[in-house]
Amino acid sequence: MLLNIKNLHVSIQGKEIIKGLNLSVNKGEIHAIMGPNGTGKSTLAAAITGREGYEITKGEIIYKGQVINDWSPEKRANEGVFMSFQYPIEIPGVSMTNFMRTALNAQREYKKLPPISAGEFLKKMESKKKLVEIHSKLTNRSVNEGFSGGEKKKNEIFQMAMLEPELAILDETDSGLDIDALKVVAKGVNQLKSKENAFIVITHYQRLLDYIVPDFVHVMYNGKIVKSGGKGLALELESQGYEWIKEQFDD
Amino acid sequence: MNKIKKTRFPLEEIMLKHIAQNDKKWSEEDLPEMNVLRKQATEYLLEKGFPNTKMEKWRSTDMQPVYEEPLTIYDEAIPYTKKVNEIFQCDVHGFNTKVISLLNGTYYSKENEKLTVSKEGVIIGSLAYAKKEYPAFFKQYYGKIAGEPSDGLKAANTALARDGAFVFIPDNVEVKDALQLIKIMNQPNLAVNIRNLIILGKNAKLTFLHCDDSINHHAGFINTINEVFVGENSSFELYKLQNLNDETALLNQTYIHQERNSNVKAMVISLNGGLIRNEISNDLKGQGAFSNINGLYLMDNQQHIDNQIYVKHSVPDCESNQLFKGVLDQESKAVFNGYIWVAPDAQKTNAFQRNNNILLSDNAFVETQPQLEIYADDVKCSHGATVGQLDDEALFYMRQRGISFSDARMLLMYAFADEVISQISMEGLRLNIEDMVKRRLRGELSICDRCVLHCSNPEQPVIFDIDMSKI
Repeated sequence: MLLNIKNLHVSIQGKEIIKGLNLSVNKGEIHAIMGPNGTGKSTLAAAITGREGYEITKGEIIYKGQVINDWSPEKRANEGVFMSFQYPIEIPGVSMTNFMRTALNAQREYKKLPPISAGEFLKKMESKKKLVEIHSKLTNRSVNEGFSGGEKKKNEIFQMAMLEPELAILDETDSGLDIDALKVVAKGVNQLKSKENAFIVITHYQRLLDYIVPDFVHVMYNGKIVKSGGKGLALELESQGYEWIKEQFDD
Repeated sequence: MNKIKKTRFPLEEIMLKHIAQNDKKWSEEDLPEMNVLRKQATEYLLEKGFPNTKMEKWRSTDMQPVYEEPLTIYDEAIPYTKKVNEIFQCDVHGFNTKVISLLNGTYYSKENEKLTVSKEGVIIGSLAYAKKEYPAFFKQYYGKIAGEPSDGLKAANTALARDGAFVFIPDNVEVKDALQLIKIMNQPNLAVNIRNLIILGKNAKLTFLHCDDSINHHAGFINTINEVFVGENSSFELYKLQNLNDETALLNQTYIHQERNSNVKAMVISLNGGLIRNEISNDLKGQGAFSNINGLYLMDNQQHIDNQIYVKHSVPDCESNQLFKGVLDQESKAVFNGYIWVAPDAQKTNAFQRNNNILLSDNAFVETQPQLEIYADDVKCSHGATVGQLDDEALFYMRQRGISFSDARMLLMYAFADEVISQISMEGLRLNIEDMVKRRLRGELSICDRCVLHCSNPEQPVIFDIDMSKI
């Protein structure tokens, strides 16, 4: 099992957002997490990636057999956890190229590999850029600076392709994307999908799941996964909305 | 006698005593015009004394501890016994510079090199020698660009400075290699006053590197006035590098006069120093003049930096830009005062100013004050100041990609500083300064017996720093 979350409770500034969540993800699987706003989907992503300020008060996140509750974000990343941000951050003055090479070399150092050569790095960048149909000039710019919404999301998938994670969390990658960009993102994910990795796709809408077909769909509500099923569940949610979930599970 | 200040600081006492002892000798050495200035400055110093925090322009920089240091004045010429690089090594790579040096405030060279004249007529050398050889320049420019005493330190400089660098670039001469002035202090507890005079004729060009460095860890007081005249269509670049020990007080006043269509770029990079105050006063006197004044300061411990920038738009159609950025750690303090003044008929003025600061600790302190005084109505002027912390969101974003916290922090600080550094037009110098800033940010750059441009430890490779365009 790649990821095993047991009875997870997460608080932000003393307020409990995730209230006893269980989730198991195996290699080779795609899990979709759906649910209305404010149910803790992004909080779950933050807890898995180790963001400061998200306090695990109870339960365990077990990744590749180890409890990672106390690991730094960079250690998790170097062990293969990647998140595509809902709102990618602009970093003026740091070029995409330098950023990516630093990240890649940090990962290689962690794995006790020598730094990637400039030529090899360049070759890798070129091939991955094609994958997400990213323009050459974007990588010469500062990280996300002046990128459109769609470019930012494509850039997240580009970084994912560069870093080749074992567990990728896509946090509302479809929000703010037009259908063409959505297809590009989905194509990228589908090409990166393998028997050796897994994806957690957080989304509001069924739309993305037409292109990234999940093996499992989970519905989150009020800090818990309240319903799990196959891809059919997503269609059900699409046609009926979340009201019936709310009615069924409101305290 | 009621005008005379009653209580005095030790440093004022020492200075006034030194003036009294030498007045006769100096009057014989100097031009009558200079004697007038010296007398006026001495009277000012007697009457008003050194600036204090009750004065608006000195409100945030308390010099009193410096005034009370047991300092001595030494202004005798130092015999040339060792080559400069035996005292202080500065092997600059990647770009050529002609190096001149001031040792404890006096021009340090072989006797026959105190003043050199190139075949194009470029004069470089000691101010003390130049005033005897070329009095006409002194009658025309000395004290004219800086103007009358406006505070006690300026007065002290005019009253006491005996030497410094003198540079004259004739019309139509573009000096290819940068001129580098290294100020070295190797004696403890010295108070020195240095006066530099730089004159560019028409269609001339000069790049001037001004390095403040100390090679000991003793207290010191360096009070410098630079007077720069930039003639019509001329271009002057000034880079000031400040890397001194924590005990040294460094006071710089730079006065730049610009004629029509002249171009000035001034940059102050302050990496270390106990107390640093840079005043740059830039007077745009001819239409079409352009000036760019930038600064970067990286301070920690209890270091104090004070940048006071005054840009005067005296005539129409000029442009000025000020960009100062600082990173402050521990208990360091920065003051920025950016002043733009636009004369009543200086229409079509473009004047911009920005000061951005990052505080790395709760005890670091920034005071930033933009001041605009605009008397013309058809102008574009703006100012902006920010004080903030490193962006937590950006830090997490980088860490999520596997970059360690310390590298992420460093990368962000460097990115912040790069906006200033990237404006250095000489590539060789830019690369050197990039190295220094990285070392400084990593906490590796300290005072050592090497030129600030090349410290004894070779630069370590920085993995994120590659320019892919060059591969």
